[in-house]
Amino acid sequence: MKSTEEIFEILKANFGESILELVAAVPVEKFIRINQLEIDKVCLFLRDDQDLLFDSLMNLSGVDDANGKKVASENGDQIISGGTLSVYYHLESTKYRHKLVLKTSAEREKPDIISVSNVWRHADWHEREAYDLLGINFLNHPDLRRILMPYDWEAGYPLRKDYKNPEFYQGMKVPY
Amino acid sequence: MALKTEEMILNMGPQHPSTHGVLRLELELEGEIIIGAKPHIGYLHRCFEKHCEAMTYPQVTPYTDRMDYLASMYNEFGYALAVEKLLGIQVPERVEYIRVIMGEFQRIASHLVAIGTYGLDIGAMTPFLYCFRDRERILSLFEQTCGARLLYNYIWVGGLSHDLHPDFINQAKDFIKYFRPKIKELNDLLTNNKIFIDRTANVGILPLDLAINYGISGPNLRASGFKWDIRKDDPYSVYNKFDFEIPIGNGTMGTVGDCWDRYYIRVLEMEESLKIIEQALEQIPEGDVTSAIPKRIKPAVGQVYSRVENPRGELGYFVMSDGSVNPFRVKVKGPSFVHLGIMNELLKGYMIADVIAILGSIDIVLGEVDR
Amino acid sequence: MGLLDKQFNDDNIVITKVDDLLNWARLSSLWQVGFGLACCAIEMMATSASHYDFDRFGVIPRPSPRQSDVIIISGTVTLKMATRVKRLYEQMPDPKYVISMGSCSNCGGPYWEHGYHVLKGVDRVIPVDVYVPGCPPRPEALLEGLLKLQEKIRNESLVKKS
Repeated sequence: MKSTEEIFEILKANFGESILELVAAVPVEKFIRINQLEIDKVCLFLRDDQDLLFDSLMNLSGVDDANGKKVASENGDQIISGGTLSVYYHLESTKYRHKLVLKTSAEREKPDIISVSNVWRHADWHEREAYDLLGINFLNHPDLRRILMPYDWEAGYPLRKDYKNPEFYQGMKVPY
Repeated sequence: MALKTEEMILNMGPQHPSTHGVLRLELELEGEIIIGAKPHIGYLHRCFEKHCEAMTYPQVTPYTDRMDYLASMYNEFGYALAVEKLLGIQVPERVEYIRVIMGEFQRIASHLVAIGTYGLDIGAMTPFLYCFRDRERILSLFEQTCGARLLYNYIWVGGLSHDLHPDFINQAKDFIKYFRPKIKELNDLLTNNKIFIDRTANVGILPLDLAINYGISGPNLRASGFKWDIRKDDPYSVYNKFDFEIPIGNGTMGTVGDCWDRYYIRVLEMEESLKIIEQALEQIPEGDVTSAIPKRIKPAVGQVYSRVENPRGELGYFVMSDGSVNPFRVKVKGPSFVHLGIMNELLKGYMIADVIAILGSIDIVLGEVDR
Repeated sequence: MGLLDKQFNDDNIVITKVDDLLNWARLSSLWQVGFGLACCAIEMMATSASHYDFDRFGVIPRPSPRQSDVIIISGTVTLKMATRVKRLYEQMPDPKYVISMGSCSNCGGPYWEHGYHVLKGVDRVIPVDVYVPGCPPRPEALLEGLLKLQEKIRNESLVKKS
């Protein structure tokens, strides 16, 4: 059983400090921040390293950080410009019983994050969900389609904080 | 000229009596044999996560009920634990005990539906009627406690909406006395039925390494032979005070991890739940159940992932706070959502008739898949 | 107006109107589409199961809409599902009836405000005969809704054009 700090030291020894950062000042759960284009390598290492063996991905959740500037778009709606979209990974080892939280962020205008679905197949549907609801683009994902919303949904990504619902969908009125 | 054959695409659902709700499966067939399956979900996407961001923390509780509507108590339980962890508050011991009792009753009720409808899928009508008869008694216990049959809004952040009514403990004991022989009846009726075994044993075998990689949890993981139960392995609430077994699949009728194993784990778990309830009813302390409910819930900036062992598996809540009265982000890891992701692997190579047997044994609730 | 009001005991003769006979036959065996949507479907199942016994009103779930008389919209209708619900309704043979069960299918229920993917009432896509309120309605409430539907059928006329 290893703490987040010990795991961070192991990762630092293997990947260098440039792509990693330990965030411990957050209440409740510490996490390690990782570069969005290197996350798959780190995850593969975490899964296969004999001292770590993170064989189970508990959860993968996309978050709209809403830390950009609020600006008015052409038609008067408020939209968020700049800032980041993030993904949290919660890992667990069923052998050593230790847990780890990873975080990675990408720019809102170009939300590209490398997929980890080839490390844990479990991530497949969670990544599709994050794509569907937040518009995070997972590179190397085998089948990145909408999952919950209809395939022909054109009004954008509903869980973004500046999402605006359309008036009609296929002739049906959407608002109450 | 050589005979040319091509694959056939068969659509199953969204309206199909055995898809347990509004699931659509796109099956790719070669004759009778399935060579690929694509689940299409989202037909019940009710925007739970968007609602969380618009509601205050206590207001979210009724919405959690409506996710996994067969295990509402446990959904509230998980949400309450997550927010309490974020706030860093302790709840009175009596509250913990009542939560556990309600949660385990809910587990029995949920497994009864799973078993009953599984029988129905395979073609056995009677077990369904028997299971619903027994479930009705649990629902009446719930109803006397909190006034609702299905969606309770009973377990609040920091406490409970009501205390137990004075006669609850006697009635719960009566139920346990009544229900024990019914499990035996169920075994005689369905579990050891030759036709049922023929339909389910050696069908839909789920290997353990695949199960872990796909994040499978709960009875489905245990049926594959892995002793993993969050109640024991990462204990929350007061589960460490009770003595109970974790049944695992051992391939009694066929291979480890087949449909029959997954089904039988649920039968065994009902017995274990009865054990937990019995102990909890003996040990339950006195106290006030509403004293620790915070007047105003406004956690500090931070995030937490908290999980519980729902009747279907690992139910996780990822709650993020930005310091206001509304959650910034709530993401739910529903076990059904995860379990459905493995359908493609699980169905490959089996016959069309096995689809129903496999889908029923996985025991999904579409409300939680789509949220 | 019961069917057996005017009867002669000796020769087993009943005198009634054709309308009453037809309506009596129709309302006593309403077959429903075996189709559940959400939470309310569990209460619908409980209604058909042993304790409440839908069968005694002649309600039997049929797996196909083409053999059914009534569809119970039991739960939230989402935008993705709405077109499918409409198609199911269109596949049913006339005369057909719709019971909207629960707040969600009546008006959107708890999802009326922020539900970006929820249809705010199934009556936006298909006509509804009986609304049953509740979230979810108790089985008794659904039974009452069915009795209301039977009352409606009893007063209809298939012979006379209205």
